[in-house]
Amino acid sequence: MATVENLPSAVQERPIGFGRLKRKEDERFIRGKGNYLDDIRLPGMVHGAMLRSPYAHARIVSIDTSKALALPGVAAVVTAKDLETLGLAWMPTISYDTQAVLAGDKVRFQGQEVAFVIATDEYTARDALPLIEVEYEPLPAIVNARKALDPDAPLIRDDKVGQTDNLASPTWEAGDEDATDRAFAEADTIVTRDILYPRCHPAPLETCGMIADFNPETGQLDIYNGNQAPHAHRTVYAQVAGLAEHMIRIRTGDIGGGFGNKVPVYPGYVCAIAGSIVAGVPVKWIEDRSENLMSTGFARDYVMHAEMCSKDGRITGLRVDAIADHGAFDSTAQPTKFPAGFFHIVCGSYDLQASHVKVKAVYTNKAPGGVAYRCSFRITEAVYLVERMVDALAREMGADPIELRMQSFIAPEQFPYETTTGWTYDSGNYAQTMRVAMDIAGYEDLRREQAEKRARGELMGIGVSFFTEGVGAGPRKHMDILGLAMNDGADLRVHPSGKAVVSISAQTQGQGHETTFAQIVAEELGIPPENVQVRHGDTDRSPYGLGTYGSRSTPVSGAAVAVVARKVRDKARLIAATMLETRPEDLAWEKGRWHVKGDPEQGALIEDIAVRAYSGESLPEGMEGGLDAQVIYDPPNLTYPYGAYIAVVDIDPETAEVKVRRFIAVDDCGVRINPMVVDGQIHGGLAEGIGIALMEVISFDEEGNCLNGSFMDYLIPTALECPDFELGETVTPCPHHPLGAKGVGESPNVGSPPAIVNAVIDALHESHGVTHIDMPCTPARVWAAMQGRPEPPQ
Amino acid sequence: MQVTVSINGESVSRDIEPRQLLVHFIRDTPGLTGTHWGCDTSNCGACVVLMDGQPIKSCTTLAVMCEGHEIRTVESLEVDGALDPVQQGFHEMHALQCGFCTPGMLMTSRALLDENPNPTEDEIRTAISGGICRCTGYKNIVAAVQWAAQHEAATRQEV
Repeated sequence: MATVENLPSAVQERPIGFGRLKRKEDERFIRGKGNYLDDIRLPGMVHGAMLRSPYAHARIVSIDTSKALALPGVAAVVTAKDLETLGLAWMPTISYDTQAVLAGDKVRFQGQEVAFVIATDEYTARDALPLIEVEYEPLPAIVNARKALDPDAPLIRDDKVGQTDNLASPTWEAGDEDATDRAFAEADTIVTRDILYPRCHPAPLETCGMIADFNPETGQLDIYNGNQAPHAHRTVYAQVAGLAEHMIRIRTGDIGGGFGNKVPVYPGYVCAIAGSIVAGVPVKWIEDRSENLMSTGFARDYVMHAEMCSKDGRITGLRVDAIADHGAFDSTAQPTKFPAGFFHIVCGSYDLQASHVKVKAVYTNKAPGGVAYRCSFRITEAVYLVERMVDALAREMGADPIELRMQSFIAPEQFPYETTTGWTYDSGNYAQTMRVAMDIAGYEDLRREQAEKRARGELMGIGVSFFTEGVGAGPRKHMDILGLAMNDGADLRVHPSGKAVVSISAQTQGQGHETTFAQIVAEELGIPPENVQVRHGDTDRSPYGLGTYGSRSTPVSGAAVAVVARKVRDKARLIAATMLETRPEDLAWEKGRWHVKGDPEQGALIEDIAVRAYSGESLPEGMEGGLDAQVIYDPPNLTYPYGAYIAVVDIDPETAEVKVRRFIAVDDCGVRINPMVVDGQIHGGLAEGIGIALMEVISFDEEGNCLNGSFMDYLIPTALECPDFELGETVTPCPHHPLGAKGVGESPNVGSPPAIVNAVIDALHESHGVTHIDMPCTPARVWAAMQGRPEPPQ
Repeated sequence: MQVTVSINGESVSRDIEPRQLLVHFIRDTPGLTGTHWGCDTSNCGACVVLMDGQPIKSCTTLAVMCEGHEIRTVESLEVDGALDPVQQGFHEMHALQCGFCTPGMLMTSRALLDENPNPTEDEIRTAISGGICRCTGYKNIVAAVQWAAQHEAATRQEV
């Protein structure tokens, strides 16, 4: 039996559990030994390529595949007609709409999937694409959501029985309209703005793709596909393709970034699966960058009209009327009961008197999506709106933007706080976090510097945002996707040697789960993290759960791992009591060891308990052998991380180029499991936020041609556009999470765009009278605003 | 057509179509899938390899253009089980998350330090600005290159 004296050296000398542990997964990535989709080569594998529509809206008159089929090396050209015989021409979306897998009747956006070529190699497959002859009859296109419901607008979804206009879903409301009217009637200041959150794109560096490998002898379908929710995808494939769910295995391999782009099921996946089932060989399909930008899940495209009011120096009311532009098919990903996602968190971090939100959704001739770009369910749009409105209101009131926020924050003693739109925020001390950000920024000094520069004609802006997010969806009584509760599983097995495997249903795309989830087990069981293997990304080897998006890994899956480790610890206690010949209630836990209360030398290490659990020696009466446990975690509430961000920008008066000189981000995400990983996620999200605020946009001309279909036009920040981010933190533990943790991955993307745009307006307001500008703040658009023409992007 | 390219010191000879991209030529070599493809347009830098010591984008280089040249990929950085300082620096400073841009960033950083062993922050940012990282915001990549530069300087002093 182990005593304190003979504890393994790892337990004595090395901190086990939370902290800045360097990542396990780095070992393969720094050697170029990652296992991404395109690195997989299966025997007999053939390659797919997708023909896409050049038109945004056109009737398909005919498709002639004969010339393509005649090209040596081409095995098949699949069209909608072929898929119809398999019942796969249309597929359900995750929002209970339908989406064409391959267009048969007409195309509804530029880049829509029309035909799928299967050939011996990728070059040949692409050679065949221009040989497919498609006759189109072009139709007028709708790209502007505000015009989609005009009486003369062409009907996009004539495939849907009973659809007579381009309304994708009826108006959805939250809050109290009458109370909001009263708040506005009593207000002393009111501001109104039309604000667009333009269409942008997650654009992970690795594009989307799949290898489908159907074995006709066994009926087994092996899928290799970097997606963010493998278990949910498997269920969808079982439903769509009529395959037996237990005969489908999805392995994600390493994923080169997701950011929401790898949540949906795309037509290319269905074509690869159908191709493999028909051909009986593995089919690989990987999209190119243009296909990724032009056809896969975009983000935002929210057209918002808002009014905000104040009384006696505090924000009191908010009224929002928004249009969600879904593109040609509604494949937005929201929990079923929330058709506008969590947009109604738009009341922000403020103790409002009342608020009211209306959202309706329309179809346009643009790619479907609206899923995410490092944002949980429309919270990015909500935070952008409220933080822009608070700034506008402060300007109207002649108040400092931080002062107005400070006056209006929900106070620490008000938590748990029910918002005017029905959220129950768990915890927070907003003013404290705001003050930390002000201190790091040197806010008063910055304002002095700005005044001096203004006097010299220089354009310097200071922008603030304060966000509250709701992440970690979610409680099964409120939240499901396609009827699947948004819960996650964890399965922990401690082997006889004391080494452990924890299997999780969350799916890393770079978040570092292999390290941080091992740290959770280490923290709870006292096993060194290097002795904990985290298994994920394989539906055959992990418990069911809904995956990684919406900052839900730590809030849901992380909680599952903590709870399952505690179950193992509880079992270990019973075994330890037998080993130490005492009662379980007489034992006390220290990290990695149960010992007798009052006699700490008498104890049993978790490793020794594991040996006992698998040995032939006696166990407590009625107990099964082994040291393992399984849980499905149902979170009682979302977690509500928050943060205070300050951006400092300089604008070149000659070129209108905006340079983010400083960016201060103070996040409160509760307890941090691995602060190094948290900081890294914040850096990455801030860079994305800078991109969205200044550069990234998917725009269209009036005919529906996508104008940003490559990285030549869809501009992503490089190291030169990003400042040396300055981070700070406060820690307000989540009261209902077993570790006190909250999600964080998306916070920086949520919080940074309004800070930057507020800074741009702050720089231009006094000298140029600019009161509003829509993103992205490119030199051309900022220049136009400086000349009094702040038009939104198309 | 027949083309012979030196990849990581090994002569690779193959009969290819003249249009074959270097990135595909490299990745078709068994075991060398560390060089990634990300964009088609020379913007993202996931495909950066060294040609005669200079970083190039292998997605917009034809394999036939490399006849007689020395190509170095990420797989060459570790020698006899010893990581290159840039590899170690990326690990130490958490300069990677999804790992997809990492090979290109590593090769770019290696080429920078070969030419400029003591770069400033601005020089590092400029050097890696031909690449896109969607995960790190570049801050820790800059720190990793600084770590590698300091480490190499210390090693030189010891020698």
